[in-house]
Amino acid sequence: MNDETGGGAERVRDEGYDDFLDAVESGEGFYLECPEGHGSLPPRRVCPHCGATDLEEVPLPETGEIETHTTVHVAAPSFAEDAPYVTAVADFGGVRLTGQVRGVDPEDVAVGTEVTAEVAETETSGERVLVLRTC
Amino acid sequence: MTGVRVAGVGLTHFGQHPERTGRDLFADASARAFADAGVPREDVAQLNYGNFMGEIGEHQGHQGPLMAEAAGLNAPATRYESACASSGVALREAVKDVRNGEADAVLVGGAERMTNLGTAGTTEALAIAADDLYEVRAGMTFPAAYALMARAYFDRYGGGKEDLAAIAVKNHDNALDNEFAQFQKAITVEDALDAQMIAEPLGLYDACPITDGASAAVLVSDEYAEEHGLDAPVSITGMGQGGDKMALQDRQYLARTPAAERAAEEAYADAGVGPADVAVAEVHDCFTIAEVLALEALDFYAPGEGIGAAARGETTRDGDRPVNLSGGLKAKGHPVGATGTSQVVEMTRLLRGDHPNSDAVPGDVGVTHNAGGTVASTTVHVLEVEE
Ligand SMILES: [Zn+2]
Repeated sequence: MNDETGGGAERVRDEGYDDFLDAVESGEGFYLECPEGHGSLPPRRVCPHCGATDLEEVPLPETGEIETHTTVHVAAPSFAEDAPYVTAVADFGGVRLTGQVRGVDPEDVAVGTEVTAEVAETETSGERVLVLRTC
Repeated sequence: MTGVRVAGVGLTHFGQHPERTGRDLFADASARAFADAGVPREDVAQLNYGNFMGEIGEHQGHQGPLMAEAAGLNAPATRYESACASSGVALREAVKDVRNGEADAVLVGGAERMTNLGTAGTTEALAIAADDLYEVRAGMTFPAAYALMARAYFDRYGGGKEDLAAIAVKNHDNALDNEFAQFQKAITVEDALDAQMIAEPLGLYDACPITDGASAAVLVSDEYAEEHGLDAPVSITGMGQGGDKMALQDRQYLARTPAAERAAEEAYADAGVGPADVAVAEVHDCFTIAEVLALEALDFYAPGEGIGAAARGETTRDGDRPVNLSGGLKAKGHPVGATGTSQVVEMTRLLRGDHPNSDAVPGDVGVTHNAGGTVASTTVHVLEVEE
């Protein structure tokens, strides 16, 4: 991908992050786990919680639970046509994911709502975006 | 190790200054600080300068030497960038250098030019203080990040929009007589509750404005102050800095700010004071919920107890421990790189008695709390009036 970003720089492929999105897209989402059981997301060379360097890919649980959410009315230009939209942080057990919530009216999003992780496109720029879809 | 005195302080008006560049703003604030300090510029060993988004806001990097020129210094100058805590971090490094005897006199400050970017441009620029991959690309803005923290707080501890509105009302009220404040305009709880939604549950009056402005302070050693007979009654007696994971999703807590807790513990221990000794605080209320998180991190309240402090009148001007007597970021304004030092400017004036709200200060120990990003970096400073 060589799309223009908001900052004007050429967006190059982010190894790790784009691999992660690819994996989520193909239904094989994963996260990284250290020997202590701390979860984190790529790209990562050390566990951000304990510094361990032997990180292993483990499958992302099928569903997560919304832990907090907001309806964004004033968006950055790169999301202008998406607004209003819901952004949430969902707990998937080993890791939390931040994403756009789809598949439900904004008013009906609640803490505890069950979601799956998907990849979709933003309405504004067509960029890939992590989506939390209500089950 | 020597003590550190605040010899002089200066601010520009915080607000919209479309015709003024960062260098003009900082020239103004630093000139006021030098005039207040009575310290000759040639005695200043270095400039520690905070700025966050100069490349985006003004197409200007390498602002250290530029701002030294603007301030009339022929001395080494370094820019510190730590998002909205940029000049708080610059200040901490300045205090260290004076304490260690590296410098007898240091100029510290910061500036930011934001309003020329407009709301959309500023929203985009501020977002880069969050994790680009996992937060910004998921559509998270800065108000959204604090909204996520507010919702998590309400869900865990209770409280609601009315409690947040009381904070906005209080801070606007405090700014009424502050000539440097962006908003010298009272608001009501109803105004706040009826305002346009930015990122639910935060509305327009839960958010600080977009601001241009600069701040500066001249710090000197105890020995320098004594030798030169300076009238500098306020000392910086404690400092601390804490860090946390960059992205909210990677934090242990969504409704607490451990980076600020660690900074506060360190600053209290450094100064040899505790939260009960603190009479007055200037805290980083970029959003109303941020003031709540700050009060709890500073250990004025247990987690979950700070939400009603303003509504109960405990942190208002006539309360036991007034918070943000300057108007806070909410009403005074938040030129991000200038904010950390501006809190020390206001606190110095509050403690030494020449701030319009000095009469409301019920003691002689003050604390300033400056947060970067969603509190992934924080500095806390303790200021005290010397006997
Ligand atoms: Zn680990």
